[in-house]
Amino acid sequence: MAVPLAFFAVFFAYPVAAIVTRGLRVDGRWRFGRISEVVSDPATLDVLWFTCWQAVASTALTLAVALPGAYVFARFDFPGKGLLRAVVTVPFVLPTVVAGSAFLALLGRGGLLDELWGVRLDTSVWAILLAHVFFNYAVVVRTVGGLWAQLDPRQEEAARVLGASRLSAWRRVTLPALAPAVAAAALMVFLFTFTSFGVIQILGGPRYATLEVAIYRETAQLLDLPTAAVLTLVQFAAVAAVLALHAWTVRRRESALRLVDPGRTARRPTGPAQWALLWGVLAVVALLIVTPLAVLAERSLNGPDGYGFTYYEALRSSADSGGTFFVAPMEAVGNSLWYAAVATVFALVVGGLAAAALTRKAGRLVRGFDALLMLPLGTSAVTVGFGFLIALDEPPLDLRASWVLVPLAQALVGVPFVVRTMLPVLRAVDHRLREAAAVLGASPWKVWREVDLPLVGRAVAVAAGFAFAVSLGEFGATVFIARPDHPTLPVAIARFLGRAGQLTYGQAMALSTILMLVCAGSLLALERIRTDRSGEF
Amino acid sequence: MNSQLRRAISAALLGSLALSALAGCGEDTKSGSDSKTVTLVTHDSFAASKAVLKEFTKETGYKVRVQAGGDAGAAVNQAILSKGHPQGDVFFGVDNTLLSRALDNDLFAPYTAKGLDKVPAALRLDRAEHRVTPVDFGDICVNYDRKYFADKKLTPPRTLDDLTRPAYKNLLVTENAATSSPGLGFLLATAAKYGDDGWKGYWKKLRTNGVEVVDGWEQAYYDRFSGSAGGGKGDRPLVVSYASSPPAEVADAKSKPAKAPTGVATGTCFRQVEFAGLLNGAGNTKGGKALLDFLLSKRFQEDVPLNMYVNPAREDAELPELFTRYGVRIADSATLAPQKIAKNRESWVKTWSSLVL
Repeated sequence: MAVPLAFFAVFFAYPVAAIVTRGLRVDGRWRFGRISEVVSDPATLDVLWFTCWQAVASTALTLAVALPGAYVFARFDFPGKGLLRAVVTVPFVLPTVVAGSAFLALLGRGGLLDELWGVRLDTSVWAILLAHVFFNYAVVVRTVGGLWAQLDPRQEEAARVLGASRLSAWRRVTLPALAPAVAAAALMVFLFTFTSFGVIQILGGPRYATLEVAIYRETAQLLDLPTAAVLTLVQFAAVAAVLALHAWTVRRRESALRLVDPGRTARRPTGPAQWALLWGVLAVVALLIVTPLAVLAERSLNGPDGYGFTYYEALRSSADSGGTFFVAPMEAVGNSLWYAAVATVFALVVGGLAAAALTRKAGRLVRGFDALLMLPLGTSAVTVGFGFLIALDEPPLDLRASWVLVPLAQALVGVPFVVRTMLPVLRAVDHRLREAAAVLGASPWKVWREVDLPLVGRAVAVAAGFAFAVSLGEFGATVFIARPDHPTLPVAIARFLGRAGQLTYGQAMALSTILMLVCAGSLLALERIRTDRSGEF
Repeated sequence: MNSQLRRAISAALLGSLALSALAGCGEDTKSGSDSKTVTLVTHDSFAASKAVLKEFTKETGYKVRVQAGGDAGAAVNQAILSKGHPQGDVFFGVDNTLLSRALDNDLFAPYTAKGLDKVPAALRLDRAEHRVTPVDFGDICVNYDRKYFADKKLTPPRTLDDLTRPAYKNLLVTENAATSSPGLGFLLATAAKYGDDGWKGYWKKLRTNGVEVVDGWEQAYYDRFSGSAGGGKGDRPLVVSYASSPPAEVADAKSKPAKAPTGVATGTCFRQVEFAGLLNGAGNTKGGKALLDFLLSKRFQEDVPLNMYVNPAREDAELPELFTRYGVRIADSATLAPQKIAKNRESWVKTWSSLVL
């Protein structure tokens, strides 16, 4: 527990405390009066209200749409399943500007649905909610599906043999077993949508603001640090309340389960009901996730002289001839992959150790630590970015100009995923297995390696995939600290989008398509590694 | 007993220590510890030809290291937060809308760059003390879609007043003044033209005339505007953008058209001037001064237009053909004193939000 604690103290708590203190302490005196001023401002209350209800609505909608998907991905075998699982994670890495505009092309004014049925969703709350489903579908499919695939279906069958109906067998056996993973997924979707930034800005227009948007405006645009500090505290309080609620509801339900190899639980669907479910889920995925992505790919190929690779070629040639603005696409891909890989290692080490510590120990202190690990998801990137800047600026920790800052900031967002994905699985491991091993003389480390690790191997892969995808797509903090000569793909895309012109726009689309491919490819590779290794266990 | 666990932890710790050490190595190339490098702190749209930067190294022996952070506003705020202990030696990218904030925070040390006499007085906003050096300027203007107006046989608008006429109802899209710099620029253009109180009445009219507000330039230009060759799917033929957007539209076209597909409403412009300055507390003051001289040198100034799509500050810097052929020289852009902007900015944006959003 020492490593994750130290990591969070240095790279999260300290910088955030520094920037908040900077806002609330003027000339050596605390200005707590500011807190009540900002909190009682009706504008703040409006923002808080909108932030809460859109997050609740988005979470509910995402669960409703994605839970059937989690089931299908966990229990059914169908061709292209691995690829599709990688594809649904792609929205995660796309810059919101790009994904948002693809989404608008589909749902907005003059979009596909508008032309077909006159359905327009731009600037309505529906656009925000659906975009949140688009972005967070993978969270549910991967976290819940990850555990679901490892539940032994024979337990449910046993209940049915004993006379339970299909529904009640599911309700009594599977649902309680899944509940912690569902709660974990719901929590993450909630935190993501609660702190939603780009989606709100693009699809909601300037009329809607979340706390995150407000914090960004106060910090980066207005430099009103006192107000930003208070809003950050308000966001902390709200997130802490949600985390407490989560801890309270989940704690009592987690139980030891029989976990099995996911390869053995999936089978081809049988019967019309199962086929209908499979096709239904595939249709939702096609409409909601694949089509917007396809729109992007189409735009990247739709050049001035018809379809072709003009924009891709332009990426190469402008990198050769241009100045500091241009960067060879392969170079940006390399930067992105390298940063994301380092960030994934950080996240896995820190998150893995934290999850192990959390399963082993109980008590109030540990629970508080659990919540602490989730806080980065509830903190705005600009707060962390500015915090890094003013806190990590003196030796021995003068990291302001160092490339390590990028993966460190990215890992901060990756750790909660690692913890949340691994924890339900780790807690589900039957404790008697561990005890038996200990009785037979195994050291705790050996118990962990021989008992826990084989069972959580899949969770590790899922967690790594998440951490990797999050790091690949991270923009908010990266743009503050990435060096311009080493931009990541999202940063390079943002640069292209910042200029007028057909070619630069096309190049942005081409780079986005490359980002999609890199993401899907990496996730497929990660899964492949896992399947190869699972033979050992 | 659990020595293996302990070993794993110490390995992880060692790993992170090694990484910090690696990071430390990287820092040696930073300002201060190495007088051969000069660090330019800027926003993420800074761009220059590699060849030009190399030339600087050849002439002076200094290597330029670029440190970018966020958009222009965020970059300035970052610099203010780390003042006295700056991230580099020279800051580039503070514009006239943020200049007072930077100067009031004592961000810059005075230095008169070589070649300043070639910069028109109108751009030299810190004439008394020379804490900042003007490097480039650009105009935020309403752009129009030529094809739309030709098809409708409608004259494109030219002035701010035109935009409130019924003929142009529901045609304009602009950006949120609170979050976007062209959005703010357009608000300031109206404040400069109609005065402290008059601009509110103007925006009420604009609102009645169906102005649409989106959050950022990318959405306005690519998603809502009908004239951009890249996006071009929108249905609004008028957009708040830059005077240099038309040249940018044709910059990469293989066969150059006679006219850019978009035009500029010349009476709607607000002038944005970008400055550079020597940061207080810089590690490499000498190198910083050399870099400031270089930013004003003809060589760099003539490199500016095609890299950042703004105009060079020097009068004698030659513009590329792309700009002379497809760009527009705006003679009477609106301006406001930086102090006035600093004083009113927040309250204006608040009032604007309540009026328009």
